[in-house]
Amino acid sequence: MISAKRIWIHSLVGAAIAALSSSVTYAQGSPVKIGVLATLEGPFAAGGADGMRGAELAIRERGGVVAGRKIEMIRASSNANPDVAVNAVRKLVEQDKVDIVVGPLSGGEGIAVKDYSKSQPSMTFINGGSGAQATTLVNPSTNFFRFNTEGAQWMVGLGKAAIDKGYKRVMVIAEDYAFPYSQVQGFMTEFCKLGGKVPVKAWVPLGGKDYSSVIARIPKDVDALLVVLGGADAVNFLNQYEAAGGDKPMMGGSITVSQDVLNYRGKRRDSLVGTISAGPYADSFDGADWKTFVAAYQKNYPVSAGGYPSPSLFALVYYTNMKAALDALDAVKGDLSAGQAKYRDALAKLELRMPTGTVKLDSNRQAIGTTFVTEVVKDSQGNLTTKVLRKVDNVDQLLGLKKEEFQIGSRDVPNCP
Amino acid sequence: MKLADRQWGLLIVGTPIVFFSSWAIFDNPRLYFVTLLNGLTLASLYFIVASGFTLVFGLMRNVNLAHGSLYLLGGYVGFMIAEKSGWWLLAVAGGFLSAALAGLLLQVFVLRHMQGQELRQTMVTIGISIVIADLLLWSFTAQVHQMDPPIWLQGPIRDIPLIKAYSAYRLSLLVFGIAIGILLWWMLTKTKVGAMIRAGVDDRHMLEASGVNVDFVFAITFMLGAGLAGFGGVIGAVELSMVPGEDTRLLLASLIVVIVGGMGSVIGAAVGSVILGLAETYGLAYAPTYSVVFTFVILVLVLAFRPRGILGRPA
Amino acid sequence: MNGHMDRNIGLRSQRSESPKIHDASRPTSLYDPYADSDAPRWLKFLWRNLSPRHVFIFIFLIAYPFIVSPFFTFQVGAQSLVLGLIALSLTFLGGYGGIVSLAQMSIAGIAGYSLAIFGSSSTDISLGWPWWVALFFSILIATGCALIFGWLSVRTEGIYTIMITLAFGVAFYYLVLQNYSLFNGFQGFQKVYPPQVFGVNWRDPIPFYFIALFTAFLGYLSIKWVIRSPFGIALQGVRDNPRRMEALGFNVIAHRVAAYGFGGLIAAFGGVLLVWYNGLITPGSVNTGWQINILVIAVLGGMGHPIGAFVGAVVFVLLQTFAIDIIDRERFNLVIGTVFLLIVLFSDDGLLGVWTKLSKRFGNKIDFPQSAAQTQRK
Repeated sequence: MISAKRIWIHSLVGAAIAALSSSVTYAQGSPVKIGVLATLEGPFAAGGADGMRGAELAIRERGGVVAGRKIEMIRASSNANPDVAVNAVRKLVEQDKVDIVVGPLSGGEGIAVKDYSKSQPSMTFINGGSGAQATTLVNPSTNFFRFNTEGAQWMVGLGKAAIDKGYKRVMVIAEDYAFPYSQVQGFMTEFCKLGGKVPVKAWVPLGGKDYSSVIARIPKDVDALLVVLGGADAVNFLNQYEAAGGDKPMMGGSITVSQDVLNYRGKRRDSLVGTISAGPYADSFDGADWKTFVAAYQKNYPVSAGGYPSPSLFALVYYTNMKAALDALDAVKGDLSAGQAKYRDALAKLELRMPTGTVKLDSNRQAIGTTFVTEVVKDSQGNLTTKVLRKVDNVDQLLGLKKEEFQIGSRDVPNCP
Repeated sequence: MKLADRQWGLLIVGTPIVFFSSWAIFDNPRLYFVTLLNGLTLASLYFIVASGFTLVFGLMRNVNLAHGSLYLLGGYVGFMIAEKSGWWLLAVAGGFLSAALAGLLLQVFVLRHMQGQELRQTMVTIGISIVIADLLLWSFTAQVHQMDPPIWLQGPIRDIPLIKAYSAYRLSLLVFGIAIGILLWWMLTKTKVGAMIRAGVDDRHMLEASGVNVDFVFAITFMLGAGLAGFGGVIGAVELSMVPGEDTRLLLASLIVVIVGGMGSVIGAAVGSVILGLAETYGLAYAPTYSVVFTFVILVLVLAFRPRGILGRPA
Repeated sequence: MNGHMDRNIGLRSQRSESPKIHDASRPTSLYDPYADSDAPRWLKFLWRNLSPRHVFIFIFLIAYPFIVSPFFTFQVGAQSLVLGLIALSLTFLGGYGGIVSLAQMSIAGIAGYSLAIFGSSSTDISLGWPWWVALFFSILIATGCALIFGWLSVRTEGIYTIMITLAFGVAFYYLVLQNYSLFNGFQGFQKVYPPQVFGVNWRDPIPFYFIALFTAFLGYLSIKWVIRSPFGIALQGVRDNPRRMEALGFNVIAHRVAAYGFGGLIAAFGGVLLVWYNGLITPGSVNTGWQINILVIAVLGGMGHPIGAFVGAVVFVLLQTFAIDIIDRERFNLVIGTVFLLIVLFSDDGLLGVWTKLSKRFGNKIDFPQSAAQTQRK
């Protein structure tokens, strides 16, 4: 005969187990699915691969768990085409049922994903690497967050550095699309204000590799060339420029002075010393957080496993955004219920500690961060490397201008011939 | 005064060119002549790659849209050889041979079985080019590869009147182009194999009937055509660098050259490449925003009024 | 005697025997209850031309969105229908006109851009006209451009046609990429959505699926009707032997240009649906990659029958969406390329050709008429 006591004890134990397991299920948590979208094919394939590594690094740092929930990273790929990016995000959201989306990589895709995010108000979208100004300045979305600074912000400080070097007339050589427009704007806003002049802007069609015509147009009376081309294209340009007998000093955009340029083996190598440029990070920055980040990247992704010798821009931005996603999840203890409203609140208020400093968001959910102005120097072994000239903090998207004065960069904006 | 069609054509095309040139020379002579040289040297690169394509199509009516991939393959192989051995000439030979071999395999195992089915060949070679491009992307990653020119071609040639300085390597492209052109002309007109190729272009069945091993001739021609693409890949790698996407660009350029100049004619390829090279460089120098549109509009106009190309013959 | 009219009657091939009256490939019902009766013509027509498989497919298509998830309805179903419609224009031109045009995606793009410019988007350039006005003008402009392209391309053949149409496509791509005053360059137009009509948001998965289905169905039926009409028959004659047709008094050039125009009309509708599906249009929507993709879709499915375009589109969309789940994320271009290559190598007519071979081997159920490629082989 089963005594009442036994029943009582059994039910107590049963209830306890039930309570424990439900709270354990809550604390253990269903895994949190984070979809990561990067360009794994097309022109930015290499950058996309590194971006994935950066995102993964942020997850690995936490041992794959956040707020007691396991993190499941689901990858998606695009090819820098906005329609492909939207299809990929839609699959992540509707088919793979992710909780958070981190991505995309390229500017045009970012605008398209931002528009899509408006149709999914209970999902949170965090940028990956896209740096178009319009994403957060024109029709911003309340559930799209960008924790990385964008192209124009990356060039703040370079204008002054140019004037300090004595460059009063500069020719711009850049590719003809949105990202270089923003970079040139970031430079010119300061440069023109301080009295500099830009008499010629040569916009090279996307994908063109033949710079002979541009080189032929370089006027005799400019002091320097602002070259906003990718690292490899810049080397191409340098080769062709040197072969054509050119000798003007160069300034670089944020992706210009890369390892490719620093390993340049041409005759004009020495004249590269003194090249100034600006961007969201500097290889030689000696901040403790930066060094930790670089070490972690190199440990997890050695060159033999396909990583770069030092994390690229894409690794940094994806790492930053993923870290923001995870830090905010920590802050709400993994609670993504009720349309993720609490989570988005936490994101908006987050003061993110990332490898190059602290990042806060402005009212459009755009990052306010740090920019580095760098210069190329020769080290003791004769190799070219960069050193930090100046660190500019609290760079905001309006570049210090008032909202009414600010215009998004284009071929003709800004202008000071 | 009654003018023949041809003379009308020359007049309509020539007049704006004369006007433009007079203005340009007056405005900035250095720019005009540098651009002229740029255009001719670019044309030489296009000619080398396109001549292979036109040989293959002209003789065998084989549409090989994997021609661009062969360019890329030759370039990457040449790059690897240059890295390992440091000999640029060896790299050039390597690029030529690897592409020729790939071309031979393509012809023997795939295209030979689809003789006469143009559309199917187009589709198959498109498929092959997608596969080769992705395989190359896998092996070499999307990083851009830069190749150095040989020491004896580095640096500018100085003290040229008016132009002041010009890239030695780029000028050598012109030399290469002319050399290849002369070699091809010599081979086609003065050798037995060349005679067989020309006969095959005119009438394949007759050639077969006269006892020539046509399959062998075709294989040689295809190898030559593919090898030229690979050779172009290596020399282009120095000037324009190796990156996924170059294959489509060069394929498009070859197609334009061959269509504008006329399929099956090496002189046509020369004419076409000069037109394309000059149009591209002058467009980039004087009207960069719409330069590419301009290039394709030229193609459309040529095809609209001379559907077989300028020097093409009816089938 | 009026029996079943052969789909490709008469001038199908130079080696043809007398035109077939009874098409043995169509499942004939031995029992025709309406023969010689006074039943209305449409009933007779339906009974003779429909078969159980048609009805089954029809029911499946209607029920599909209610069986599967919204994702499958929208991203797989609707996208296949839209891409299939654009590829259908190529199947018509290529399979029945002998014209392989790579410019169909560009025509679709012209319609899409016109809609964005005349209608409403997130850019100031848009004029904000009412949707049906914008729609009307988009279709008109795109068809007009198709006629112009056609007129310029009409004297070319074979690879030259491929080239000139590819050139149109690339020129259009660079035009919209570089021009900011009209086409908004690299950015393109965002937020181009279907209108809210009768209180329904037509961009929701199920409504949009039904518009796409309806338009695709109309397109399919119109193609099937045109190819049996005198114009269509003459066009196939022009495809097979232009000289003979010219000698018979047909205006070959006019027929071809008209074919381009009709194909352009179909592609224009596809382009409008595409921009509504994507909600945006940028130069990336009309680049060389997409031009080739449409060709891949048409060839993959098979150019012998209009349904091939939709078959190809379904396979393409499934591959695009799910290949990255099956294989290493970065290599799925390899997968698509290999699948395509295998199908083109081993089948004369894409997937429909594979189906025909298989069904011949395992029974004589359904057969598709000989492909244009087969009939053209001299």
